[in-house]
Amino acid sequence: MSAHTHADGHLPHEPEKATLEGRNKVLGFWLFLGGETVLFGTLFAAFLALRHQILDGPHPNHLFDLGLVALATGILLTSSLTSVFAIQAMHQQRTKSLINWLIITVILGAAFLALEIYEFSHYIHEGHKFNTSAFSTSFYTLVGFHGAHVAFGICWITLLIIQLSRKGLTVVTAPKVYVAGMYWHFIDVVWVFIFTVVYLMGKVG
Amino acid sequence: MAHANAHAVKRYSGIMDWLTTVDHKKIGILYLIAGGFFFLVGGLEAILIRVQLWAPQNDFVGADTYNELLTMHGTTMIFLAAMPLLFALMNAVVPLQIGARDVAFPFVNSLGFWTFLFGGVLLNISWLTGHVPDAGWTSYAPLAGTTYSTTHGVDYYVLGLQIAGIGTLVGGINFLVTIINMRAPGMTFMRMPLFTWTAFITSALILFAFPALTVGLAALMFDRLFEGNFFDPAAGGNAVLWEHIFWIFGHPEVYILILPAFGIISEVVSTFSRKRLFGYSSMVFATILIGFLGFMVWAHHMFTTGLGPVANALFSIATMLIAVPTGIKIFNWLFTMWGGSIKFTAANLFAVGFIPTFVMGGVTGVMLAAAPADFQYHDSYFVVAHFHYVIVGGLVLGIFAGLHYWWPKMFGRVLSESLGKWTFWTFFIGFHLTFFVQHFLGLMGMPRRIWQYLDGLGFNEMNMISTVGAFLMGLGTIFFLINVVVTSVKPKNAANDPWEDGRTLEWTIPSPPPEYNFAQTPLVRGYDAYWKEKMDGHKGMTPAEPIGPIHMPSPSILPFFMGVGLFIAGFGFMYSPDWGDVGFMKTGHLVGAIGLLITLGCMLLRSMIDDHGFHIEEEEILKDQGGKA
Amino acid sequence: MMKRWQIVKRLAPLTAFLVLVLAACGREDLSTLNPQGPVAEEQFGLMKLAITIMSIVVIVVFAISLYVIVRFRRRPGDKTIPKQVEGSHKLEIIWTVIPIILLIILGVPTVQSVFNLSKDYSKDPEAVKVIVTAHQYWWEFEYPELGIKTAQELVIPTGKTIAIQAKTADVLHSFWIPSLAGKIDTNPGGNINHMYFSAPKEGVYLGKCAELCGPSHGLMDFKVKAVNPDSFDRWSAAITEPVALPSDPAIAQAFESKCLVCHAVGEYGGPAFPNLTGIASRESVGGILVNVEEGEKQYKHEDTLYNNLYKWIKDPEAVKPGNGMSNQYDLTEEELKGITEYLSSLTLDFE
Repeated sequence: MSAHTHADGHLPHEPEKATLEGRNKVLGFWLFLGGETVLFGTLFAAFLALRHQILDGPHPNHLFDLGLVALATGILLTSSLTSVFAIQAMHQQRTKSLINWLIITVILGAAFLALEIYEFSHYIHEGHKFNTSAFSTSFYTLVGFHGAHVAFGICWITLLIIQLSRKGLTVVTAPKVYVAGMYWHFIDVVWVFIFTVVYLMGKVG
Repeated sequence: MAHANAHAVKRYSGIMDWLTTVDHKKIGILYLIAGGFFFLVGGLEAILIRVQLWAPQNDFVGADTYNELLTMHGTTMIFLAAMPLLFALMNAVVPLQIGARDVAFPFVNSLGFWTFLFGGVLLNISWLTGHVPDAGWTSYAPLAGTTYSTTHGVDYYVLGLQIAGIGTLVGGINFLVTIINMRAPGMTFMRMPLFTWTAFITSALILFAFPALTVGLAALMFDRLFEGNFFDPAAGGNAVLWEHIFWIFGHPEVYILILPAFGIISEVVSTFSRKRLFGYSSMVFATILIGFLGFMVWAHHMFTTGLGPVANALFSIATMLIAVPTGIKIFNWLFTMWGGSIKFTAANLFAVGFIPTFVMGGVTGVMLAAAPADFQYHDSYFVVAHFHYVIVGGLVLGIFAGLHYWWPKMFGRVLSESLGKWTFWTFFIGFHLTFFVQHFLGLMGMPRRIWQYLDGLGFNEMNMISTVGAFLMGLGTIFFLINVVVTSVKPKNAANDPWEDGRTLEWTIPSPPPEYNFAQTPLVRGYDAYWKEKMDGHKGMTPAEPIGPIHMPSPSILPFFMGVGLFIAGFGFMYSPDWGDVGFMKTGHLVGAIGLLITLGCMLLRSMIDDHGFHIEEEEILKDQGGKA
Repeated sequence: MMKRWQIVKRLAPLTAFLVLVLAACGREDLSTLNPQGPVAEEQFGLMKLAITIMSIVVIVVFAISLYVIVRFRRRPGDKTIPKQVEGSHKLEIIWTVIPIILLIILGVPTVQSVFNLSKDYSKDPEAVKVIVTAHQYWWEFEYPELGIKTAQELVIPTGKTIAIQAKTADVLHSFWIPSLAGKIDTNPGGNINHMYFSAPKEGVYLGKCAELCGPSHGLMDFKVKAVNPDSFDRWSAAITEPVALPSDPAIAQAFESKCLVCHAVGEYGGPAFPNLTGIASRESVGGILVNVEEGEKQYKHEDTLYNNLYKWIKDPEAVKPGNGMSNQYDLTEEELKGITEYLSSLTLDFE
C-alpha cells in the first residue's frame, strides 16, 4: 500500500478519502463532532438554566457590546469561508493556495481570539468575573470552552501548515487538513448559537 | 523514530510489548486484567458494606468511612470494572467477528486503555490519601460542593472520572468507525453477529452520553477548584441542574452496560443450542429502539425532585415503553432454545441463568417506572435490589458467560468446565440471596445509603441473609480466579473452533489468532457466516483476497505517556489550593500545566511524525498457516 | 385455550396470595406495604397492580425457561443439527402486543395517580399548613398559620389534610413517611416542593430521610404524631405558652450562654437549631434516641428520657457523627446534669 504519491504524480480526486485510513478519519471525525454537539448542547442547557441568576453582577444588557461581538462574528465567519477556499484549493491540488488560505484562516482566528480576550478583560473590570454569580460562571464556561476550541484549532491548523510545507499534499496529509476544516466549520456554527443565545438574548433579556 | 527507514520492523517484547501495543487483542487483555482488578476492589468494598450492615447499629466502620465505601463501590464497579470488562470483550471479539484485522484507530484504542487506567488509578489513590469521595456515585450537589465536602475526596471523583471518561469516549468512536467501514466483503449490516450489533449501538450511546458527563464533571470541578457557581444555591446555582446533567448521562450509561451483555447472551445461547438466533431482525430493531428510548427517560431518577405532574407522567410512560423491546429480546432468546439441542457448558449456564434473573430485574424496573409508586420506592433498598438485579444478575452474569465462551479465543486455552460450574452456582445462589431480600427491606421502609439501621424495625434477619449471600458471591469470584490460574498452566492448544458449533467468523481462525487475525480477509455469504459454510459442506471460509503482505500499525509508547500526563495534571489541579505559589502562579497549576503539556506534546509528536507501520510478509503468513492445521 | 373464567379462577388466588404475603410484611408505622393513610393506600394500590401484572410476566418467562431447559437438553453424544428457525411473525406480534396492553393497564392508573397526588393544598383553608425545612441532621417544622416552630416531631390532627412545603437549609434531603405517604425531596434555593397526606388513625408514624446527606443520613429520623383534633388544638395552645428558664441561676446562666445561642425555648434563644419547647413530650431525643420508660429498654437506641438527653448533650458526635452541635460548647458535669433535668421537665399537656 503506497501511501505517498500516486503513480502518475497526481493525487486522486478527493485525496482525503482515497485511503481506508483517510475514510476512517473523516467518518471518525463526523462522529466526534456529534459528541461535541452534545457537549456544547449541555453547556447551552446549563447556561439557559442559569442565565437569570445575575445576583449583583452587571446585567448583560449593559455589559455586552454588540458592535464588538458583531465584529468578532464577522471575523470568525470569514475565517470559515477562507477554510472553504482552502479545501477547494486542496481538491484542485493547488498546495500553495491551500497553505495561503489556511494562513489567512489562522490569522482571522487569532484576531477573533484577541477580540475575545479583550472583551473578557473588559468584563472582569466591570465586575463580571468567573465567580461573580451562576450566570457569570456559566457564561465564561460556555463562551470560554468555545474560545479554547478556537485556540486549539489555531494551533492545530498552524501545525498542519508546517506539515504541508514540509511533506506536501499527500493522501496522508489530506485527511488531516479535511478534518481540521470540518472542525473549524463546527466551531463557527457553535459561535452562531452563542451569538444568538448568549449575546442577542442577553441584550433582549 | 524510524523516519528514514520507513518499513523497518519495530517489535518489542516483554513489558515494553504490552506498554506499546496497539493490537486490539492485547488491548482487550489489558482491559480484562485492569477491569478484573477493579472488580475485586469494588467487590471488597461491597463485602465491607455488607459486614457493616449485617447487624443493627453496627460499628464495624465509621459513618464517614461507610459513605466512602458506598461511593467508591458504585463508582469503581460501574466505571472501572463493568465498562472495561465489556471493552475487553468488544476489543477481543468485534474485529474478528467482522473479518477485520484491527480496529479503525489502533493508536487511539491504546490511548483509550491508558487513560482509563490512569483515571482509575487516580480515583483509587484517594484511599491512600484519606481523602475519599463520599457523596455517592451520583455525587449530588450541594453535598458534593466545597461547603459540605471539605476534603479532596470529590476532587478525586471528578478528575479520575473525567480522565477515565476520555478513554471510553474515544473507544466508542473507534468501534463505530470500525463497524461501519471495516466489515469483510459480503458482511452487510444485517449479516453482522448480534454481539457486534450491540457493540455498535452501545458505542453510539457512549458517543452521545459521555459528553454530558464531561460537562457535568467539568462544572463540578469549576465549582470546587475555581470558585464556580453552577450548583451553589447561594450564588444562584441550581442543585437540580446537576441531577439533570448527571442523569442525562447516567441513564444511557446503564444501557451502555447492558446492551453488550444482551449481545453476549445472543451469541452464547445460539451457539450452545445449535440453532440460529430466533427473530434476528427483531433483535436488531429492539436493540436500536432500546438505545434510542434510553435517552428519553432520564428523569425517572428524579421523580421526587418536584418536576411536576406532566413531566412525571411523561417519563413514567416513556420508561414503561422500554419494557417492550426488552421483552421481545427475552422471548427471542427463549425461542432460540426451543427446539434446539442445548448443551450446558459453564458459558451457557451463565447465559441461561441470566434470562430469568434479568427478567426479575426488568419487572421491578417497570414497577419503579410508575411515578406515584416510586415516591415510596425511591432511595430505598427496593431500588438497590432492582439495579443490582439488572447490573449483576444481568451484566455480570453476561460477562462471565462471555469470558467462558471467548477465553479460548483470547488465550488459546479452555477454562475448566467444572470450576466454571462451581463459579456459576455459588455466584448465582449468592446473588439471589444477597439481593432478593433487599426488595422487601425497601418496601418495609429501609432507606438506602444508610450507615446503620435501628434495631426492632424488622430489618435484622434480611440484612443478615443479604450479607451471607455477598460472601457466597465472593466465593464464586474466587472460584473463577482459581480457574484462571489453573487454566493458565495448561498447554496452549485450543482448536480454532473449540466449542465445535461456532457460527461466527472468530471461530474460523486460530486460538489465539495470529497478529494479523486473518491471513486472507474472508468472503461472507450470509448471516452466521461460518455456520453457513459448515452447512454447505465447506471446512472454512472462502477468501476474498489473495495472500499478500499485510500492513500493520506500529506500536507506540505515546498513549502511555498521554495517560501519565493527564494523571499528573489531575493531581496538580486538585492540590492547587494546598501547594502554595511558585512565582506568579500556584504550584498546583504549574504541575497541572506540565501534565497537560506532556499530553499535548505527545499529540504533537503523533501528528508530526508519520506512522508508516510495518509489513508482515507472505513467507511469515504461510509459515503460520502451515504450523496450524 | 382456557376459558376466561378459568383464567380469572387461576389469577385470583395468585393475586390474593401476593397481597397476603405483601401485607404481612412490615410494621404498621413504617412499612409501605401496610399503609395507614389514603395517600400511601393509593400508592400501595398501584404497587399491587404493578406486582400482579409483573408476576404474570415472570411466571410466563420462568415457565417457558424451565420447559425449554428440560425438554431440549442435549443427550450426550447427540450430533444432530436441529431445524434452524429464522423467526415467527405471529409470535413476534403476540409478544409485542401483549406487553403493550399490560403497560396500558398499568399506565392509565399511573397517570391518574400522578395528577391526583400532585394536588397543591397549600392554599386550601381546611388544610393544616406545615413548612418542612431539612437540616443536617434534623427536621424543622413550622406551622405558619399557628405561629409554631418545632422540630423532629410533626404533630398533626387526624383526618385533616396536611399541606407540606418542603425545602432544605443545606444539602439535599428527602422527607419520607412510608406508612402515610411517599416522599418529596427538599431542594435548596427557590425550588420549594409541595406534597400532601393525611392520617385517619391516631398513632406515631416513623419518618426517614431518603437522600444521602452526609455521615448521619441514616440517623436523621423524625416522627409524625397523629392525635385527634381536640388534642391537636390543645397541643398548639400548649406549645405557644411561655416557658420558664431553669430555676437555678447557675444552670440558667449556663443554659442561656451555651445552649440558647443556637436553640430556642419559648420566647428565648436563637432560631437556628431545633426548638426545645416541649422536648420532654417528644418520642425521641435527637430524632434517633427513642424515649422509653425505666425498665422497658429493649434496644441500643432506647433509654429513659433523662438518659437520652444526658447522652446526647454530653457527646452528640458519638450519637450522630458530623452533626452541627458537636464541639460547640463545654459543660461541667453539674451544668450537664442541671440542664438535662431542666429539659426533662419541659413537657406539654395536651393528650
